Amino acid sequence: MSEPLLSVEQLRVSFETDDGIVHAVDGVSYQVEIGKTLGIVGESGSGKSVSSLTTLGLTRGPRTRIDGRMVFGGRDLVALPDAELRRVRGNEIAMIFQDPLSSLHPFYRVGWQLIEAVLAHRKVSKSAARARAIELLELVGIPDPQRRVDQYPHEFSGGMRQRAMIAMALVNEPQLLIADEPTTALDVTVQAQILALLNDLQKRLGMAIIIITHDLGVVAEIADEIAVMYAGRIVEYATTQEIFSSPQHPYTWGLLRSIPRLDIPRGEELVPIAGRPPSLINRPSGCYFHPRCPYVQDEHRRIDPQREPLADAPGHTVACLLAPEVRTRIWRGLASGQTPAELRHLASAGSAGSPLSTTSAAGTSQRDRLANSGE
Amino acid sequence: MTAAGTTPLIEVRDVTKHFPITRGVIFQRRIGAVKAVDGVSFDVMPGETLGIVGETGCGKSTTARLIVRLLDPTSGEIRFDGRELAAVKGEELKRLRREMQMIFQDPYSSLNPRRRVGSIIGEPFVIHGLHKGQGERKRRVQDLMDRVGLNPEHYNRYPHEFSGGQRQRIGVARAIALEPKMLVADEPVSALDVSIQAQVLNLLQALQREMGLTLIFIAHDLSVVRHMCDRVAVMYLGKIVEIAPSDVLYHAPRHPYTGALMAAVPVPDPTGTKRERQLLTGDVPSPANPPSACRFHTRCPKAQPVCSEQDPALEAKRGGSVAACHFPLTDDEVASSLPLALTKSPVAAGRTDQAPSSSAAATSSSSSDST
Repeated sequence: MSEPLLSVEQLRVSFETDDGIVHAVDGVSYQVEIGKTLGIVGESGSGKSVSSLTTLGLTRGPRTRIDGRMVFGGRDLVALPDAELRRVRGNEIAMIFQDPLSSLHPFYRVGWQLIEAVLAHRKVSKSAARARAIELLELVGIPDPQRRVDQYPHEFSGGMRQRAMIAMALVNEPQLLIADEPTTALDVTVQAQILALLNDLQKRLGMAIIIITHDLGVVAEIADEIAVMYAGRIVEYATTQEIFSSPQHPYTWGLLRSIPRLDIPRGEELVPIAGRPPSLINRPSGCYFHPRCPYVQDEHRRIDPQREPLADAPGHTVACLLAPEVRTRIWRGLASGQTPAELRHLASAGSAGSPLSTTSAAGTSQRDRLANSGE
Repeated sequence: MTAAGTTPLIEVRDVTKHFPITRGVIFQRRIGAVKAVDGVSFDVMPGETLGIVGETGCGKSTTARLIVRLLDPTSGEIRFDGRELAAVKGEELKRLRREMQMIFQDPYSSLNPRRRVGSIIGEPFVIHGLHKGQGERKRRVQDLMDRVGLNPEHYNRYPHEFSGGQRQRIGVARAIALEPKMLVADEPVSALDVSIQAQVLNLLQALQREMGLTLIFIAHDLSVVRHMCDRVAVMYLGKIVEIAPSDVLYHAPRHPYTGALMAAVPVPDPTGTKRERQLLTGDVPSPANPPSACRFHTRCPKAQPVCSEQDPALEAKRGGSVAACHFPLTDDEVASSLPLALTKSPVAAGRTDQAPSSSAAATSSSSSDST
């Protein structure tokens, strides 16, 4: 295994607001390797965007508290002074955002906005920067770049604007590209084009990508590894194959079973996740997912689970108090069309402490560190 | 399902809606028109769910607004329960409006932030002078709240105190308050979080079963539409390019655009479903200046010279789908581009060898003006 390009360790980001402290990111760790793609999946308010905005120092402010480490190329981005971080941002790490219309300045020509990004980090002539802008527009598949470079954003369609945003991100050949919901505002056919483009660019330029999305379909297409986030934490982390073939966390199951899919027979009932995402100011006690979890046990309300590796797949980590064999049986049931209500008894059987069902290794090791919840 | 023999609740015939493009401030000159809907015909049976899918700007939302008469068509006619919508006026229109309701996409902008939820849901009663007593009206509203899964005790709260999913439930409660015959839902879940979408979809399905509602469901998400709808119409640049029962459309699409749409849907399963996808190139052309003849010919992988000269008619194709295409997809092409699970369908192409009664109507009328 090579040295990771970006290594995030126990990142915590909280914002002080008038209503209280928002714990947006709460102890998140992940690594991204050169040339690989990490998908971060979660709902609004799960902290998926905040964790990557922090990479670029975009969450810094007088009322923000950031702890932990983000090591990139030997430097800790959390501790880096603003001026130095500025040299990293848009240069070694670049970002593309969800809404290409509001991320492009409507008064300036697309070409100028690209040239500006070149000049911000390179000492080159304007004409060289312009040549680079045209080259990049061509790279991202914009037809007739010579003419397009002098057009305004409103003259571009949605898909082309997102291509222009990608071109802008690639200006300085970043080692890491962070794409925050890059296709959410786009139609499916254009979405497929953009995903194909990202895949292709990654192959050609060898950069690492972090893609942030709520759409499991999108990450299945593009990611090598997936982190599922819930309420500011990563609750499950595994390779893309593993997440879809043997998901371990009840929230991941919920996500997989609550969306209609083209590859599942029609007429199969959707299984929604009950309730709604928790407040990040007053977080639930114990496991943050317990108020919505169909398999919740008494102790889950008190014990705060940590992410631990599976015995048979060390790369696959999950923060769940259910015993591994119970989880396997529940997922098998869900996958064959049973409802959570029918499978709930499996969870209680597992924690009843019968001699046969060896209470989860993870569960016992966590029994002693009781939840210091609420704070 | 389309019950044979019954009369359609909604009949849409050759409907067009053109929005003028003007230039000048005081003397506005008309310099063109956006042909948002351009010759659309279909029927909807009572109790049926019809889905309308398509990309941004294909005219699906305009079609929805025409059906509930929030807009008047430029030409063509829409019949609701046998009555022509454009001819209905005054008191009669008000009575007709009780039977058709709409749910909007954005649960944030479609509720008045200064009104309490009780008064938002009770507004239809006020407008139509129903349940006049204070206590009676409140009880009715609380019944509705209970029915859509809201806590009736939250009667006096404001919209901002509710989450997105709950707000959409408020919108649903308001829409069913008058016990309509038909509900038009325009992208009802696209603004919601994934874990909440299923809650609202299940609610709509349950209400439809209980109330025998006819549902017109508009979305850009093909998987959601397949889940919800008995029959699906695919729109492209103001026209229906294909219309068929869900099982037929999703397993044996005939129009290359439908095929491309389906191939583009990302499937959340990295194993075995890697398909030889043929991605569409380019973007949807402007509806102000649509391509000649078949509007899809500029992006179509199967386009031939005839496609830019002759507008294809909507007609029954092999397998039971009704599509407007000179060169419909073959079974092999379908098999190579669709998700694996869809191609191995229990619904063999032979089962529906003739077009269903309701879509037959759609075949008769597709000769619209081609620019």
